[in-house]
Amino acid sequence: MPRIKIPTPLRYYTDQQAEVTVQAGTVAEAMQALVAQYPALKPHLYNGDGQLRPFVNLFLNRKNIRDLQGLETPLAEEDELMLIPSIAGGC
Amino acid sequence: MTLILTQAQLQAIHLHLEKAYPEESAGFLLGTDGEPRYVQHILPIQNARPDSRHNRYLIEPLDYLHAEDLAARWKMSLLGVFHSHPDHPNIPSEYDREWAQPFFSYVIVSVENGKATSTRCWRLDENRQQFLEETIQIEQEVA
Repeated sequence: MPRIKIPTPLRYYTDQQAEVTVQAGTVAEAMQALVAQYPALKPHLYNGDGQLRPFVNLFLNRKNIRDLQGLETPLAEEDELMLIPSIAGGC
Repeated sequence: MTLILTQAQLQAIHLHLEKAYPEESAGFLLGTDGEPRYVQHILPIQNARPDSRHNRYLIEPLDYLHAEDLAARWKMSLLGVFHSHPDHPNIPSEYDREWAQPFFSYVIVSVENGKATSTRCWRLDENRQQFLEETIQIEQEVA
């Protein structure tokens, strides 16, 4: 099954697991499976409109899914999806 | 909630942020999680914003990944982020809140006229509605 790598700030919501396996055929399905498994993650990944928050970056086998087929990028059994936040702010 | 820094670490943070003035800059805090949190390493990062660098900072995913990798290699945790508010109070802005990660300690430094004047630390609450202040404790380094 595809694996999702969880960044440090979100591991509190995955019982400290740095890696979660999901049953999914696309990146979108993988993200839905992740929040179904760990519902407390949802507000930190999705905004109120159900869209991924702008700081959420997803890399499939170290390639940004924006350069692939976005959330519709297909996943294979052995794929690794990395969830990497952009860190930003300002006054 | 308490974050423990050494005087040398605080100086390293201030130096990095003062060098970037009047632009914003940032970096990561690596160390040991718990109550209190102990910072063991400061990792300065270059601001990746192409524009609005006087009031915005950005750390790109690959820099983030590098920090995670370092923390894992050194058996530390990625504890949080520090950044500057040039000529501005060190209170989190609405933009800081929108982009904030849970769990992280956010150290914000006011840099006025090129000089770091005040340092405070904050953590996002569970509902993502507000920041709660975290106490900064400065410890002398053990010789």
